[in-house]
Amino acid sequence: MLKIEKVSKTYTAGGRTLTVLDNISFQVGESETVSIVGPSGSGKTTLLGLSAGLDRSSTGTIELNGVSLGALDEDERAVLRNQYVGFIFQNFQLLPTLTALENVMVPLELRGEKHVRARARELLEQVGLGDRLHHYPAQLSGGEQQRVSLARAFANRPRILFADEPTGNLDTETSELVAGMIFDLNRQAGTTLVLVTHNLDLAASTGRIIKLGKGHIVSDETSLREVPSDKKKTL
Amino acid sequence: MKKISWYFLMAWRDSRRDQSRLLLFIAAIVLGIAALVSTLSFGRNLREDIDDQAKELLGADMVIYSNRPLSKADEMLLDSLPNRHSEECSFASMVYFVRNGQSRLVQVRAIEGDYPYYGELETTPAAADTDFREKQEALVDKTLLLQYGAKPGDSVRIGELSFAIAGSLDKAPGRNEISMTVAPPVYIPLRYMEPAGLLKKGSRVNYQYYYQYLQGDPEQFAQQIAPRLEAVGLHYETIAMRKNRMTNAFQHLTEFMTLISFIALLLGAVGVASSVNIYIREKVSDIAILRCLGLKARQAFLVYLVQVLVVGVLGSVLGAGLGLVLQQLLPGVFKDILPLETRFRVVWPAFFEGIAVGVIVSLLFALLPLLSVRKISPLLTLRVSLEPVRGRDPLRWLVYIVILGFIAFFSYLRMENGRKALVFTVSLLGAFLVLTGIARLFLFLIRRAFPERWPYLWRQGFANLFRPNNQTVILIVTIGLGTTFIGTLFFVQQFLIDQVTTSARGGEGNMVLFDIQPDQVKGIEGLAGQYHLPVKQEIPIVTMRIVEVRGQRGDSVLGQVANGGSHRRGQGFGERMDSNAVGRWVFEQELRVTYRDSLTGSEKLVAGQLGAPVSGPNDPISISLAEDFAKRWNIRVGDPVVFDVQGVRIATVVGSLRKVQWQRLELSFFVVFPRGVLERAPQFDVMITRVNTPEESARFQRAIVEKFPNVSVIDLQLVLSVLDEVLGKIGDVIRFMAGFCILTGLIVLITSVLISKYQRIRESVLLRTLGATRRQVRIILLLEYFFLGTLAAATGILLSLVFAEALARWSFEAPLMIHWVAVAEIFVAIMGLTMLIGLYNSRGVLNRPPLEVLRRED
Repeated sequence: MLKIEKVSKTYTAGGRTLTVLDNISFQVGESETVSIVGPSGSGKTTLLGLSAGLDRSSTGTIELNGVSLGALDEDERAVLRNQYVGFIFQNFQLLPTLTALENVMVPLELRGEKHVRARARELLEQVGLGDRLHHYPAQLSGGEQQRVSLARAFANRPRILFADEPTGNLDTETSELVAGMIFDLNRQAGTTLVLVTHNLDLAASTGRIIKLGKGHIVSDETSLREVPSDKKKTL
Repeated sequence: MKKISWYFLMAWRDSRRDQSRLLLFIAAIVLGIAALVSTLSFGRNLREDIDDQAKELLGADMVIYSNRPLSKADEMLLDSLPNRHSEECSFASMVYFVRNGQSRLVQVRAIEGDYPYYGELETTPAAADTDFREKQEALVDKTLLLQYGAKPGDSVRIGELSFAIAGSLDKAPGRNEISMTVAPPVYIPLRYMEPAGLLKKGSRVNYQYYYQYLQGDPEQFAQQIAPRLEAVGLHYETIAMRKNRMTNAFQHLTEFMTLISFIALLLGAVGVASSVNIYIREKVSDIAILRCLGLKARQAFLVYLVQVLVVGVLGSVLGAGLGLVLQQLLPGVFKDILPLETRFRVVWPAFFEGIAVGVIVSLLFALLPLLSVRKISPLLTLRVSLEPVRGRDPLRWLVYIVILGFIAFFSYLRMENGRKALVFTVSLLGAFLVLTGIARLFLFLIRRAFPERWPYLWRQGFANLFRPNNQTVILIVTIGLGTTFIGTLFFVQQFLIDQVTTSARGGEGNMVLFDIQPDQVKGIEGLAGQYHLPVKQEIPIVTMRIVEVRGQRGDSVLGQVANGGSHRRGQGFGERMDSNAVGRWVFEQELRVTYRDSLTGSEKLVAGQLGAPVSGPNDPISISLAEDFAKRWNIRVGDPVVFDVQGVRIATVVGSLRKVQWQRLELSFFVVFPRGVLERAPQFDVMITRVNTPEESARFQRAIVEKFPNVSVIDLQLVLSVLDEVLGKIGDVIRFMAGFCILTGLIVLITSVLISKYQRIRESVLLRTLGATRRQVRIILLLEYFFLGTLAAATGILLSLVFAEALARWSFEAPLMIHWVAVAEIFVAIMGLTMLIGLYNSRGVLNRPPLEVLRRED
């Protein structure tokens, strides 16, 4: 599903070159769940951005769903994201001027789909926000905002979901709730999941953990832990 | 390709919380559009009014003009015209108000017949128009009656006769308030002109013959007789000619107004661009999210373009509506300049043109910040510290070119002259760049020179000008440009008044007596002696005509004109002539010539030598011409010129050219003869004296009018008051139009303050949390607007002084005297207005409880 080969990313600032990722290679298979962990500044978010086609690598190749991102321009990558990719962000990244329902409708509208309202409503009901459809982000709690974000991420039936610290801005209880939902929806849809997190407990819930340090892969291990079933029931 | 409706839906959703702000942005162009629609509509209505009222403007079907008494042949020609006609002689003379013993120079218009045939002399009482023609009565200009406290039934003396005032003259065909101010009219019956003894040798009289053509087409008739009139040097005007003349004259006025409105609109549009820039910066994260979700760059751009388009249309419609209201004020603003009634009519083409121009201008200017939407990276969803927009965009240059192209296109549509449109566009670009440059330079210099030891409140107030997303430069430019207009107008007006007043300083003359007959000279000298007034100058004047220049005879030139030859009828200022041809005006005009052997203070010799006194009949007569006169009419040093001095031919040679400062309050002459030629010719005198007080002036004028009723007097006070009033009336129009630029600047200021209000509230709360009192925060805000107002006013005043100095040097050829008190007044007014408006719109900033804001930050 995702193939990263010899990818490096360097930035030039003030005449100095800073290497954030250095010769990274790994692959993620279909329906696989992967966590990327590591200390601050290790290059986790940069790797996520490159993998999702939000930025270009300095060297190396990235293939998403069999398509090489290096050959695409920004607009072509946008279309690819809209067709195959879902996102969840630490700070939710909901459009503040759109209601919860509209936020979920946007990716579907961009695809030119029909009956988008019904699909968005269904997804919001699935994350327990059936009664908050017409609320604006500012009228929702952090947990609720992240659930809207989750519904939006799954709206276009993505082949791969990228999540950047999805519980980073939530309290423990809400974090567990949201994490449960992510894994549950992911399992139901058979989506590949790439998760960037500091939270080792959350990382342990994925099937594989890639640990980054100073721009390099420090370890790439399989995890055996699963999300507890009682948390799934709280959906 | 997405459906258009989706872009509108998305634009609506995205702007939900900002619609009032977007409307606020667009408010900056509302006034410009209103001004544009009102001036375009007014211009079109004016053209129609001129068409409708052309007959009333002329008062007849045709008018024949002459500046000399008709010859027998002329009289026979005019008498042969088979129509009703009236006759009028107009000339300057003193009128003496018997009730209070005051006198003033007026324009006496002696008429006979039923003129005006179209329109009427509006009088109070209404019957006065007919009454005064039958009796020994006069119609006196209403303002004159008010000024001199006279009323119908009182008497005025004109020349040697007394006339009862039949009524006040409220309005006369084709006359505007300014012409009435410069030469207030007094109408008397023509038959009393002779007995009043007003016409003496040298009196400058204009003769007008009004015709009403009752059979057939008057224009056709005019064309038939035109060659005969031109052959004898008579001018004529028909309704169509008056219509054309008025349309052309007022077209320039409405063009000027439209272009000022357009400038106000462009200033507003710059404000819109600046506001949209801030709006887009605030929307960067939303755009990044949409890009992340799969929105293409072009689609993101279109979502925001739709928003600007919709508010642009709304703002333009609002502006056009306001323009209709404003249009009703314009006749009031222009009432002193217009010689006709203007009526309000909605001009739909102007209304829609205003909307179209408003939408195009707002879109074009908003495109500059909107283009950056295409460059916003989706990566911003992950990294907020990323620079929102990276790289240069070549499309910006394309937008700049399209904007300049549109300005040139619009100005071409208005002026119908490619060169003028290009000059306007380049000048506008230049002025904008200069203003921006000065604004940036000021900011740079003050920032560097700002004393670090100054109290914190001052430093904070100044630092506020540089807060992120500030609109400081654009505010300085918009308010500064308005100040430039008003300042330039004011300084030039002051300069003109200075020119008159300074010419009378240092003991020079300030009262001119003219039309003095040779037998009156001694008597007037004696009278001046009785009043202890010095005779500063006595200037003899002889009237004559030029009949031949370089072998070209006047009668043949005028004959060629009548037959459509090379000396065309319209040959005048700036028109091309054959290299050897002499302007026809030279032969038509009755010249007033003096003789002397020295230059005056307002003259400088630029070619040849002043002619030596002539002592024998065979001595050459070397005359001196004013340089601009000679250049305009194609006469050079060495050219032989023959004059007809009241029947006697005198052959002369052009011996020298003089540069003359015409604007000085001195008598200057196109032609100066040497001594020894004209002493025995029929002549009259002009005498210049000096009075010290208005009372002394009034007493002396009264004595002159009593003893020498044909002699006219102009005193400096009168010139000054007329100049002041005329400049004031013209200035009102310019101030009104410049007001749009200032107001646009202030609206941009209001929008800027309101846009940054939340930022200001945050700053205020932070300061108050750190222990600042509300008073201290208020002082910081006040100082911020003080710096802004100071910079805007200083920029505007600096530019206006440069423009006024340039005008003074190049157009009037005299240095500008700067009145620092006036400069200070303009400065304080603009700065005060900026502070007042800034502070008024910031009043909510101080009232927010800190906790409310800090919680919102969470």
